[in-house]
Amino acid sequence: MLLIRCPYCEEERPELEFRHAGEAHVARSSEISDISDEAFEQFFFIRSNPKGIVFERWRHLNGCARFFNAARDTVSDRFLTTYKAGEPKPDVAGLLK
Amino acid sequence: MTQPFRIPGAGRLTPAKTVRFTFDGKAYTGLEGDTLASALLANGVHLVGRSFKYHRPRGFLSAGAEEPNALVEISRDATRKTPNVRATVQELYDGLAARSQNRWPSLGFDVGAINNLLSPFLSAGFYYKTFMWPKAAWKRLYEPNIRAAAGLGVAPGEADPDHYAARFAHCDVLVVGGGAAGLAAALAAAETGVRVILCDEQLEFGGALRYESGARIDGLGGFDWARQATGKLAAMDNVRLLTRTTAFGYYAQNFVGLTERVTDHLATPGTAPRERLWQVRAARVVLATGAIERHMVFADNDRPGVMLASAARAFLNQYGVAVGRTIGVYTANDSAYAAAIDLKKAGVDIAAIVDLRDDPSGPLVEQARSLGIEVNPGRAVVGVGGRNRVSSMIVQPKGGGGKRTIPVDALLVSAGWTPSVHLFSQSRGKVAFDAESQRFLPGQYAQDCVSVGACNGTDGLAETLNEAFAAGEVAAKATLGETSAGGGGNARKVDASEDWAGGMLGSAPGAGADTTVKAFVDFQNDVTAKDIRQAVREGMRSIEHVKRFTTNGMATDQGKTSNMHGLAIAAETLGKEIPEVGLTTFRAPYTPVTFGAIVNHARHELFDPTRRTAMHSWAEAHGAVFEDVGQWKRAWYFPRPGEDMHAAVNRECVTVRRSAGLFDASTLGKIEVVGPDAAAFMELLYTNPWQKLEPGRCRYGIMLREDGFIYDDGVVGRLSADRFHVTTTTGGAARVMNHMEDYLQTEFPHLNVWLTSISEQWAVIAVQGPKSRDILAPLVEGIDLSDAAMPHMSVREGSICGVPTRLFRMSFTGERGFEVNVPADYGQAVWEAIWAEGEKYGACAYGTEAMHVLRAEKGYIIVGQDTDGTVTPNDAGLDWAVGKKKTDFVGIRGLKRPDLLASGRKQLVGLKTVDPKVVLEEGAQIVQDPNQPIPMTMIGHVTSSYWSENCGRSIAMGVVAGGHGRLGETLHVPMPDGSIAVEIGSAVFFDEMGERLHG
Repeated sequence: MLLIRCPYCEEERPELEFRHAGEAHVARSSEISDISDEAFEQFFFIRSNPKGIVFERWRHLNGCARFFNAARDTVSDRFLTTYKAGEPKPDVAGLLK
Repeated sequence: MTQPFRIPGAGRLTPAKTVRFTFDGKAYTGLEGDTLASALLANGVHLVGRSFKYHRPRGFLSAGAEEPNALVEISRDATRKTPNVRATVQELYDGLAARSQNRWPSLGFDVGAINNLLSPFLSAGFYYKTFMWPKAAWKRLYEPNIRAAAGLGVAPGEADPDHYAARFAHCDVLVVGGGAAGLAAALAAAETGVRVILCDEQLEFGGALRYESGARIDGLGGFDWARQATGKLAAMDNVRLLTRTTAFGYYAQNFVGLTERVTDHLATPGTAPRERLWQVRAARVVLATGAIERHMVFADNDRPGVMLASAARAFLNQYGVAVGRTIGVYTANDSAYAAAIDLKKAGVDIAAIVDLRDDPSGPLVEQARSLGIEVNPGRAVVGVGGRNRVSSMIVQPKGGGGKRTIPVDALLVSAGWTPSVHLFSQSRGKVAFDAESQRFLPGQYAQDCVSVGACNGTDGLAETLNEAFAAGEVAAKATLGETSAGGGGNARKVDASEDWAGGMLGSAPGAGADTTVKAFVDFQNDVTAKDIRQAVREGMRSIEHVKRFTTNGMATDQGKTSNMHGLAIAAETLGKEIPEVGLTTFRAPYTPVTFGAIVNHARHELFDPTRRTAMHSWAEAHGAVFEDVGQWKRAWYFPRPGEDMHAAVNRECVTVRRSAGLFDASTLGKIEVVGPDAAAFMELLYTNPWQKLEPGRCRYGIMLREDGFIYDDGVVGRLSADRFHVTTTTGGAARVMNHMEDYLQTEFPHLNVWLTSISEQWAVIAVQGPKSRDILAPLVEGIDLSDAAMPHMSVREGSICGVPTRLFRMSFTGERGFEVNVPADYGQAVWEAIWAEGEKYGACAYGTEAMHVLRAEKGYIIVGQDTDGTVTPNDAGLDWAVGKKKTDFVGIRGLKRPDLLASGRKQLVGLKTVDPKVVLEEGAQIVQDPNQPIPMTMIGHVTSSYWSENCGRSIAMGVVAGGHGRLGETLHVPMPDGSIAVEIGSAVFFDEMGERLHG
C-alpha cells in the first residue's frame, strides 16, 4: 500500500484514502464548443500512458476530498511529488536528481 | 514406550507433559511443545503424504516453513478443516486430528501411484502437449481427471466459522526474523529508544540457535543467550515481540504484511481470533531471515527418511527425537557433520558420512572421525533402497566404480545453504550473484532496509552478531536523524560457532544429463533434474520460461529448497553461467496466507452494508417484498393476501391512477448546490438552461459526460436564487457527486459554489394520483397547494405534521403528484400520517415495480435501463431539454461529434406488440426481417417491457436504428418459440396529452 502526500492536508496518508482520477494537465478548453474534431479527440480520447513518469490526478476522497496532481514513476510506483490542482507541471529532471 | 524414537535427556521438552493426537485416524502420543512432525517422528512415522503428480510416498524433508512434502489436513470439526498445513510448522495440541492428502484408498497403498509408472507421459509441460487432442475432450475428460489425480489438499466445503483480527502498526525499526542476527539487531535498535517490532515465524525466538549446539555467546549456550536476549527485549516498553508471526509480503514504502497465528496451536481456541493480520509501516526494516538448507539432487532422493541434516538436528536438539536408528549422511559441506556428531553423541548409530568433496577437513570433520564415524570422501550416494521408507543408501566413487550398499533407516542430506532473499527480492531489491560462494546475495536495495546474517551471506556467528548489532543501531539512529558507524559498546564475545559455508549446486553424480533417474529438484511440484533439462531442450531459454514450463519453484513453495538447484541445472544445460541465466522473481506470500486473514473483518455486512430507508420498517410491517438496488433495500411490491406479484402490481398501478399511492423515493440521490454562482455551475453541468428558472420552480435536468452521452437525470428544484435541490438516480448518487466535485475543483474553480450530499438527510414520500392533494392538504402548513399557487414542477418550503418540509409538486407517474421531503428522522412518522389520510381515499402503498410500470406508461425513461452510456438526449427523444442557446456545458462538444450526428443512430421508441397480450422480454433483439437466416441483422433491442393494466395491454420501449423515422412500421422480435411482431410508435401509452399532471 502506497503512502501518498496530500498537498492540501500536507501529510502522507495511506492509499486507501485516495482514488485515482486519470491523467493530469488535460486542459478543457474554455471555448470547447468550437474546437475541431482533432482537438476534441486529443482532449477526450488520447492519453499518454507512458512507461516512466506520469502526471496524474488523485482525489483524497476519504480525507479532505480535494483533487490534486501527482508525478509518479510507473516502473517503481514511486511518487516524485504531489501538488495542488491548477499548479504548473513540475520539472521532472529536477525531481529525479 | 509409546514414543520409541524419543531420546531421554535430549531436547527441551518435558517428558511428563504428554499430548494425544491422531494421524489418519490412528492415535499417538506426543509432548507439549512438539510440532506434528516431531511427534510423528518420535513415533517412528515417516510416511506422511503422497506427491503432487506422481503420488510418490513422501516424508519430512525439513523441520520448518520450507517443508515441501509433509502437507496434511488439520481438522477441528466439520467446518474447520485446513488443507496443506505444513506438519513441521503445526504445533501439537491435545486432540489434534491430522490426515494425509492426495492418496486413495490409503497412504500406504495408493492407486494413484500408477502415475509414477506413467511418468514418461507426465513429464514437464505434459498438459500442454498430450491432452490437446481432441480439443473438446480437455474440458470434459482430461482436465477433471487430471485435477482429481493431481493436487494437494481439498478446500473446505463450508464457510469459515472463525474470525480474524487486523492491526495497523507503525514502528521505526521492523526486524524480520528472530534468530541470532534478528535478536542482535533488535537489541541494538531498541537500546536507542525507538519503536521496534521483532517478528519470527516460530513459537519462540532463537532461530538456528535452537539446535546449533556448538554456539556459545557471552559464556552462554546459544539458545540460552537467545532466551536472555528475548527477556531483555520483552522488558522494554518500546519493543513489540511477535512470535508465530510470518512476514509474508514486503510491499512499497516499507509496508510489510505479517500474519500472526493466534489459536492454531491451542486445543481450545476459545473466543480469540484464529489469526491476526498485521499491516506494518516501518521507517527502517532489518531483514534477518536466515538461510535454508538445500537437499542433494540424486536418484530417488524423495524417499521418506531422506531429510535435511539441519532438520534431523533440530528434531534431536529441540524435540529430543532421533529420526532413525542407523543414519547415513550425504553432504557437500561441513554443517551436516554437526548433525552427525550430535546424533552420535546422543547414542544414535551413524552408518557413514558420504562426502562429495575429495578432501574434507576442519574441526567438525576431525571430530566426526574421532567419534568413530566412517567418513567417505570423494563419494556420492547414487540411489537408495526402500519404498515407503529409505532402507539403504547406494554409495559409489563420484568418478564411477564399484557400488556399495549401506543399510540405513534415515539419510541426512546437505548441499549447502541458500540465503533467504525472498523478502529482499519482494522489496524490489536486486540480488547479485557471488561467484566465490556460488549464491545470490542482496545487491542493490530499493527501499530503506538492510539484510543481516545468513540472508546477507554472512557465515560466522561472530561476524553475524557484529553485523546485526551495527545494522540495528544504524537503522535506529537513522530514524532519529543521526548517523552512526554502529557497534559502539555492543561487541559480543562469541566463544564458539559453526561454519555453514560451502556446498554444491545442481544435480549430484548419478543424476546427470546422461541418466533417466528421478532426482527431485522441487518436491512440492514433483519436478526432477530431467524435467529441467527437457524444458531447456524444448526451447525454454529464459529461467522464467523454465519455471513456468516445469512449475519449478512455483505455488506455495516459492523455490525455498529448489530454486538454486533448478537454476544450476538449467544453466549447465544451456552452457551458461548462473548469473547469465538469472533468478526468477520471488512472489509474495512467503508462506501461504489464509483467505480469512486477508478478508478479515470485511465479511457480510461489514463488507457490503445494507442501506434501509427511514420508512423501511413500515414497509416490512405491511408485507412489502423487497428488491436490492445497489446496497439499498427497496419495497418492490406490497402483496395483499392471495395476491401474486402480478396481481399486486396491477392493483397498485390502477389504484394510483384512480385514487392515489404512496411511494418511498428516499433512495434517490440528493445534492444541494449552493452559492452565488450556483446557477452558473448548474448551466455548466446540465444541458438545460437554469439562469432564468425562477425560485420555487423545478426543471427536469439531463447531465452528460464530456462525450455527449447521458450520464444521469433528475428533477432539480430552485429553492432560492443561490440554492438548488438536485436529485439524481439512486445508483448515480455517489458518482454524480464525484463528477460535480471534479468539475468544480479542477475545471471551474472560479465559481463560488458549495456542494453537499443530502441524500440521507431527507426522507422522500411520493404521493401520486388524482387524490394526492386532498390527502396532503390537512397535514401541510404554510403552503398553498392549489394549482394556481403551486403548479406542476414547483417546490415550496413549509411544514408538514409540524416538521419542516421541502414539498415538490412533480410526477414520475403522469398523475398529479407531490414528493414530500422531510428530515429522515421524521420520515416514518410523516409517512404514517399521510398513510392515515390516504386510507380515507382508498390509496395504496406501491413499490418499485409499479413505479416502473407507471413511468413506462408515460414514456419516462430510466437512465441505465433505457439508456446504456451510448445514448444522447436526441436518441432518447429529449432534445427539448438541451439549451440551444448555451455556449458551454459538459458534453456540448461531444454532441457535435460526427458519429453522434449521423443518421441511423439507435433511438428510443415505443413498441406495441401486435398481439396485445404478449409481453416482450427486456433485452430481446429487434430485427426487420424475421425470415432472414442466422446471423440476423439486429437493429435494436427492447429496454423496458411490462403488462399495463391501465392500458389493458402490454407496453414496451426500445432503441431502434433510425427509430424516430420508423413510426408506424412493423418490426420483429425473434424468440426461441417464434417471432413476435411489434409496431413502432410513440413511447407515451397513457394520457398522451399529459392533462392529468395538472389535475
